[in-house]
Amino acid sequence: MTYIEIGFGELALASILVVLNGLLSLVLRLRLEQQLAIATIRMIVQLLLVGLVLKTLFALVSPLWTGTTAVAMVLFAGCEISARQDRRLTGLWSYGLGTGCMLIAATLITVFALTTQFNSEPWYHPRYALPILGMVLGNTMTGISLGLHTFTTGAARERNAIEARLALGETRTVAFRPVTQLALKTALMPIINSMAATGLVSLPGMMTGQILAGADPVSAVKYQILIMFLIAGGTGLGALAAVMGLPTGSPTTGTGCVLTVSLCQPSSRRVHPDLSWCRRREVCPV
Amino acid sequence: MAGPSGSGKTLLLRAIADLDPTAGTVKVDGNERKGMTVPRWRGLVMYVPAVSGWWHTAVSQHFADWGSAVPLIESLRLPPACGAWPVSRLSTGEQQRLALARAICRGPRVLLLDEPTSALDTPDTKTVERLIEEFRSSGGGVVWVYHDAAQRQRVSHRTLAIVGGSLREQTG
Repeated sequence: MTYIEIGFGELALASILVVLNGLLSLVLRLRLEQQLAIATIRMIVQLLLVGLVLKTLFALVSPLWTGTTAVAMVLFAGCEISARQDRRLTGLWSYGLGTGCMLIAATLITVFALTTQFNSEPWYHPRYALPILGMVLGNTMTGISLGLHTFTTGAARERNAIEARLALGETRTVAFRPVTQLALKTALMPIINSMAATGLVSLPGMMTGQILAGADPVSAVKYQILIMFLIAGGTGLGALAAVMGLPTGSPTTGTGCVLTVSLCQPSSRRVHPDLSWCRRREVCPV
Repeated sequence: MAGPSGSGKTLLLRAIADLDPTAGTVKVDGNERKGMTVPRWRGLVMYVPAVSGWWHTAVSQHFADWGSAVPLIESLRLPPACGAWPVSRLSTGEQQRLALARAICRGPRVLLLDEPTSALDTPDTKTVERLIEEFRSSGGGVVWVYHDAAQRQRVSHRTLAIVGGSLREQTG
């Protein structure tokens, strides 16, 4: 089977479907046409640019440029995690926790896959390293984002109960356990659902892409299984590090052993910094 | 401890229990808070708020050993069967008494009580006052935040008031 090249003419023809969505928005007065147009243009420009970047990186095969690209991907994903939180942590911790955990989880999983599964030469070859990192990162980002969101909203909701346990002398691990468990379950649910539905309800994009590119379906399936394992590992590791890191490793103040989780008000109702700290009661001591 | 609403009584209790950021030194029996782990400190110096939190469904699940807690529960004019009750069934006054029992059962050295009788009627208030006096006379320390001047006359051995942000001894 040969690979069928798609031309810009074919892409223009397919774009009619998005134009139809825009018309639907106009007719039904959904007011989505502007967002739809911006999202479509962003998607085209971003993908064309990434295509050019990948082409250059594949030609260079440079550990420096591959590493720089990988770090940039992690930093962008960190911004996404931070932006998706209704209740953010204070200060640098807001951005640093999710980004740091994602960096550790995605890097470990990608290096593990490159050195033990793909055996590419060199091991950091961007043709393998960047697509794997991208897939692991995308899913780890969702897991960490969901986990942190569930944890922070749960900690704010259960603040009285958590505080009562802490006041009775229980450790922070015990006091936060119900919220931690719920956060981890929520973080892992998408990958569990995805694994359960793959092959029956959906055909994953990477596998479909390989089949369309002419690969043997069984070979494509094996790749997909490997990727699912990597994603599950990355999501579990990243979410665990982020959720466990929240009550145990966040910044401390005063005597050095209180105020570990400083949950700001929801971003839309943020308290003015000039107000006395005692007004900001979204504080869980540990 | 006395003082007008919003003067910082609760904040002070929370700071002593290391539940809020603090500066300064606090000791129990000569041992500094900084010299022990936070859970150990909070187990010794236990804060009981006016409205406590609950994390399990049934009342008895909040006690390490419900059987040994029953005499204390009964002394607070609550039936032993309340252990099987869901927390959602409890009135505010029942929650307040059970939260106090829950704390005493853990064997603290000091109780930091934030208006422990604010939701109680007169007989229950007297029961709680008697129980806390027993705790105190058996060697326990108590810091009691109150609003009722008559209660102060009944229970207080020494009164401190927060006036203008500072703590002062109150006499008479």
